Amino acid sequence: MIEVQHLCKTFRVARRGAGFGQALHSLFRKDYAEIRALDDVSFSIQEGEMVGYIGPNGAGKSSTIKILSGILVPDSGSCIINGRVPWQDRISHVREIGVVFGQRTQLWWDVPVLDSYELLRDIYEVPEVVYQENLEEFTDLLNLSELLKTPVRQLSLGQRMRCEIAASLLHNPKILFLDEPTIGLDAVSKLAVRKFILKRNQFHHTTVILTTHDMQDIEALTKRIILIGRGKILLDGTLEDIPGSHGNMEQAMADLYRDYGI
Amino acid sequence: MGLQYRAAALAGISTQAFWGGMEILMFCAFYRADPSAFPMSLESTSAYVWLQQAFLALFMGWVMENEIFESIQNGNIAYELCRPIGLYRMLFVRSLAYRLSRTVLRCFPILLIAAFLPSPYGISLPPTPAAGMLFLPGMALGLFVSVAFTMLIYSLAFFTISPAGIRMVALSALEILSGSILPIPFFPKGMRRVLEILPFAAMQNVPLRIYSGDISGYEAIRALSLQAFWLVVLVGTGVILMNRASKKVTLQGG
Amino acid sequence: MCGLRLYKRYFLIQVKSAMQYKTSFLLTTIGQFLTSFNVFLGIYFMFQRFHAVEGFTYSEVLLCFSITLMEFSLAEAFFRGFDTFSGIIGNGEFDRIMVRPRNEILQVLGSRIELTRVGRFFQAVVLFIYGIMKSHVLWSWDKVLTVLFMLIGGTAVFSGLFLIYAAICFFTLEGLEFMNILTDGAREYGKYPISIYGKRVLQFCTFVIPYALIQYYPICYILEKNSSWWYPFLPLLSAMFLIPCLCLWKFGVYHYKSTGS
Repeated sequence: MIEVQHLCKTFRVARRGAGFGQALHSLFRKDYAEIRALDDVSFSIQEGEMVGYIGPNGAGKSSTIKILSGILVPDSGSCIINGRVPWQDRISHVREIGVVFGQRTQLWWDVPVLDSYELLRDIYEVPEVVYQENLEEFTDLLNLSELLKTPVRQLSLGQRMRCEIAASLLHNPKILFLDEPTIGLDAVSKLAVRKFILKRNQFHHTTVILTTHDMQDIEALTKRIILIGRGKILLDGTLEDIPGSHGNMEQAMADLYRDYGI
Repeated sequence: MGLQYRAAALAGISTQAFWGGMEILMFCAFYRADPSAFPMSLESTSAYVWLQQAFLALFMGWVMENEIFESIQNGNIAYELCRPIGLYRMLFVRSLAYRLSRTVLRCFPILLIAAFLPSPYGISLPPTPAAGMLFLPGMALGLFVSVAFTMLIYSLAFFTISPAGIRMVALSALEILSGSILPIPFFPKGMRRVLEILPFAAMQNVPLRIYSGDISGYEAIRALSLQAFWLVVLVGTGVILMNRASKKVTLQGG
Repeated sequence: MCGLRLYKRYFLIQVKSAMQYKTSFLLTTIGQFLTSFNVFLGIYFMFQRFHAVEGFTYSEVLLCFSITLMEFSLAEAFFRGFDTFSGIIGNGEFDRIMVRPRNEILQVLGSRIELTRVGRFFQAVVLFIYGIMKSHVLWSWDKVLTVLFMLIGGTAVFSGLFLIYAAICFFTLEGLEFMNILTDGAREYGKYPISIYGKRVLQFCTFVIPYALIQYYPICYILEKNSSWWYPFLPLLSAMFLIPCLCLWKFGVYHYKSTGS
């Protein structure tokens, strides 16, 4: 379903030294540094899998997700998702995916949540019957009934996240990308969100790719882990493959990062 | 730091050069239409326009810091009152610094460009040494009067819930009355006389016209004195208002 | 759901959002009005002194000014998304747009609709009517059509300029101030017929950025000042200016996808 082969991506970043002299220098010439965001990344994910995509900051996670969503074009390598190349068939590819960015909202800020949902329904051209079904189900499972009439700017982070996750699934996407979905959430909301995602995967076989630093999310939701560090895939297996994973997960991860030197 | 944004700086300067150039082309067109109706010489007008562009940040009314308005709104300004320096003096100096820092980098390139343009499109040195000498105090006074006016607006902000409305109306009035939209000599005779006495003329109108010799000699001294007069009045009123406002803040807690 | 209906949905949600901030909306609209009013005062006082400029009288200049203002406020109201595109890229909104299965341009259009510009538009209409009353133009259906073409072409040209600005945002977020020359500058100096600024300016505005096609030539036709029968069609021709702008935009999107944000 998701077939990624030998992805490579390098970025050029302008480099500016500190100090007045450097600032003057930069007036006339710009120095660039090359950053290897992705270095021969390959993996494949089957339909209905739930994968935790982990690694330290700057490892290349967001670059991978951007390529998988079709926002970024890799320098080399191939990526086929459901028979399409994401960045070439943008509109038809994007119709089948849902994305949740933890920090940035996809809902309209000043109007009630329901208005955002209706606009999303129109954007994704979801049939009314399907929309109503989903809306009912999400409202029930995520406890949204009081939230629907409230403008998003008045919601707490936990409430907003629940609405976000619902919003991203209204159009029944086959693949769901979750980027830090439970960051800043209280315990109750976290559990509700996790339960909801598990159920979704169970009944609809939605493939879920989760990028997060929250190891409890990983433990609760995913069986498979892909670890990326400095642009390379370092580990592609299960939680059991991480030494020390039966004990303190955070410690195990820290040790793992250290062992790999990332 | 200004230097870091090289592209932005270049862009800003070329933008201002453009605005100056187009203004002058416009004046030239009107000059061709009826030279006798032109109240100042074309050279003076061009000099006025270029000086206006170069020193835009010094005199313009819209150079007011949002931060200050916000701190007045949410009461943080009370912290400033705890300091030993008077609030008025502190805000005054801060506004001065704000305007000067924004002008310093822009003014020289623009004046340089203007200096190389052929007359009457460009700017040349003042016609007499006296003009040059009187120009500098005129600029200083003009700057102080502009800041004093801003102080007034800040003071008024203490007394209303929403200063945005006041700011808007004040800025609009300031634009037209201080000679930003149209140099004051271009107004009809009656209006011109009135405007020249008002404090708004003391901001940029006086120094810009002293430079090109449009106002000279005894008239120039008189204009400078008028500037000084208005400075005293505006500062005085501002200080009184701000003291009243400070009392209000400390009594009500912001 | 076809693009037009989706746009209507966007429009409604924008109106609803704006109505949450009624005071701010009102203040901004008034502020806009005051700014344009000051520009008008500038013209008014100049004409108290001078009776004509390059053969154009006060009422004729008013016609020119009001139509230009109408064009600009329409473009600003509906193409605001491109005008403020640096913000849309900066806060990641464009990534979100790319992840939605609709045309990017439609989404950018729908993301910002600035109805406060309506204040300026109505002011322009008032000035236009005033100009009509004071001038000695003999109105006929072809002249009315010319005005309509001017509005269409003018809005297209200004929108095209906003598109260029947005396209440049894909490459750099610095040094964009110079684009104001083309947009605000056009609005500001378009208050007088472009011919007054000299031959070279007129040439630039005819062949490079088609301001003269949407302002000067059609106005000459309406005022019957040495014009030709095909002048009224020039504004429609100028709408083709959008084509290179769209190409630049597409190139910008391509660049964005290759280099990330």
